[in-house]
Amino acid sequence: MFEVPSLSDLNIAATLPVMSLVLGTCILLLADLFVPQERKQLTAWLAVAGLGVSLALSLLSLGDVTRFGDGDEAFAGMFVADTFTDAVNVIALVTALLGVMVAYNYLERTGTQRGEYYVLLLFTTAGVMFMGAAGDLVVVFVALELLSIPLYILSGFRRPQEASEESAMKYFLLGAFASGFLVYGIALIYGATGTTGLHDIWIAVDDIVAGDATSQYLLLIGAGLMLVGLGFKVAAVPFHMWTPDVYQGAPTSVVAYMSVAAKVGGFAALLRVLAAGMPHFVLDAGAPAAWQDTVWLVAVLTMLLGNLVAIVQNDLKRLLAYSSIAHAGYVLLAVAAAGSAGLADESAQAVVIYMMAYAFTNVGAFSVVIAVEKDDASNTGVTSMRGLARSQPWLAAAMALFMLSLTGIPLTAGFVGKWFVFKAAISADLFFAVVVGAVTSLISAYYYLRIVWYMYFEEGDGEAVIPWPLAAAISIAAVGTLFLGVMPYLLTDMAREITLAFGG
Amino acid sequence: MLSDYAPAAALLILAVGMSFVILFMSRLLGPYRPTARKLAPYESGMQPYGPAIRRIPVKFYRVAVLFILFDIEIIFFLPWAVIFRDLGVYGLVVMGMFFFILAVGFLYEWKVGGLEWE
Repeated sequence: MFEVPSLSDLNIAATLPVMSLVLGTCILLLADLFVPQERKQLTAWLAVAGLGVSLALSLLSLGDVTRFGDGDEAFAGMFVADTFTDAVNVIALVTALLGVMVAYNYLERTGTQRGEYYVLLLFTTAGVMFMGAAGDLVVVFVALELLSIPLYILSGFRRPQEASEESAMKYFLLGAFASGFLVYGIALIYGATGTTGLHDIWIAVDDIVAGDATSQYLLLIGAGLMLVGLGFKVAAVPFHMWTPDVYQGAPTSVVAYMSVAAKVGGFAALLRVLAAGMPHFVLDAGAPAAWQDTVWLVAVLTMLLGNLVAIVQNDLKRLLAYSSIAHAGYVLLAVAAAGSAGLADESAQAVVIYMMAYAFTNVGAFSVVIAVEKDDASNTGVTSMRGLARSQPWLAAAMALFMLSLTGIPLTAGFVGKWFVFKAAISADLFFAVVVGAVTSLISAYYYLRIVWYMYFEEGDGEAVIPWPLAAAISIAAVGTLFLGVMPYLLTDMAREITLAFGG
Repeated sequence: MLSDYAPAAALLILAVGMSFVILFMSRLLGPYRPTARKLAPYESGMQPYGPAIRRIPVKFYRVAVLFILFDIEIIFFLPWAVIFRDLGVYGLVVMGMFFFILAVGFLYEWKVGGLEWE
């Protein structure tokens, strides 16, 4: 007879922040059915409440006020609840809160006010949180699907508008394809190590490195395929093709959210798989992990292509799409750094700092696009920024701040993020990649500051619609961007506590 | 290692072999007097015509997906029901979580009219 596990073995309490969100979302799904069509704002408020509860729990856990549960593993190691999990939770929930705020009036004026929007957004957030907490490759896959499927639907939320439907279709087909790669990678890693648990893989890798050539090849191919699947999610070159089309076609409120959320989830999972699962996977003794070269090469390509192609973009959403590709490259540098011995925690901290800064800045930038966008999804060209400084001085100032932060100018959050990413990469001796990162940051100043130029030095109508929830979201994003830049210790003190439960 | 799978392999061979045996047994032992009507795909149904690959109303896909939902539910419920007593409170709580998620989906589908054909 087998051993019946007891409830305390599950350690469900450790998963409280994400479980409360899942529970809240399920209730929201049912509650929304009884909210009449003309009062759908109520759903948004309930969504904010659910996110708020979960955010409060995550902050309590991250600030070490209370630790939920007993130890840092739940569901027999399937779920890892360490400080990295908490940090990912906080970033995902802040992004989701901003995402609900920017959608509040945007959905109404574009005639797509349906309650499911918020439910899907919350489910995606739960997916991101699960990816950050994945202790098993199967959880990585299921969380990736939980993250992706609502995003496919949200991309097409503006039906029957053709561009929106097209973007959903493209995203779905390519995303499903990428999921296939991921699962194949998982299968091969299972074949090499005989387990899907990341903790067990971490241990098994040592034996494989010691001398099992066949398993080494399997592991190498498996890791490569997983990199393809997750690289697609974070829009790394050469798996970035979908990004501009999807970002341009999808409703802007969705893009504001998913440009950050999908990346947070993707990078969290990459760190869990590569930095926590197989940091010891070396082909020669003493060398950095076998996947490091590939990751930094992808990072270099991503930074170059994203920044260079963004220069010629004339649509704000496309421009920000290429900019988001470029930023994926910077974060990948930090992931690559995790391949050097003893740098896993430092690179996890760099990723968290960068994503936190990026969350505020990028959601803020897209919120400004929402403000100038017309009800029929037009007026998102770069020229729509003309004269904004005169008609909407505060909006223009916020946009200028976001652009400076995306460039990485000191005293903005973006600079702090880039600083720590480059620092981690230098610790890992990735000098060439850091030089490319610094040079491409300079190049990016051209297209970011071009927007500032249009706002301040060219004549135009500068029309914008800023209802109060959107104004609040832009304010929070601007304050966050500024404060994290002026007082970086707010972020770095928090980040110093972040460690992966195993790995490194 | 691989020999652990011997029972599964035996079952596979048995299953394939058995279906061939049944297929040919009826032909060998039974009377065989074909007519045009007997050889038609459906003895008393309509004649199938046209290509097999064509556009099918999307409603069928919805039914198919809903079917999977409940089919999976049964797949999970059945083994649990068999050892229900042994699993005790643990099994009840875990199945409760599973059932909760399923019930939420079902209630949503019911309320938005996913079960209506027209």
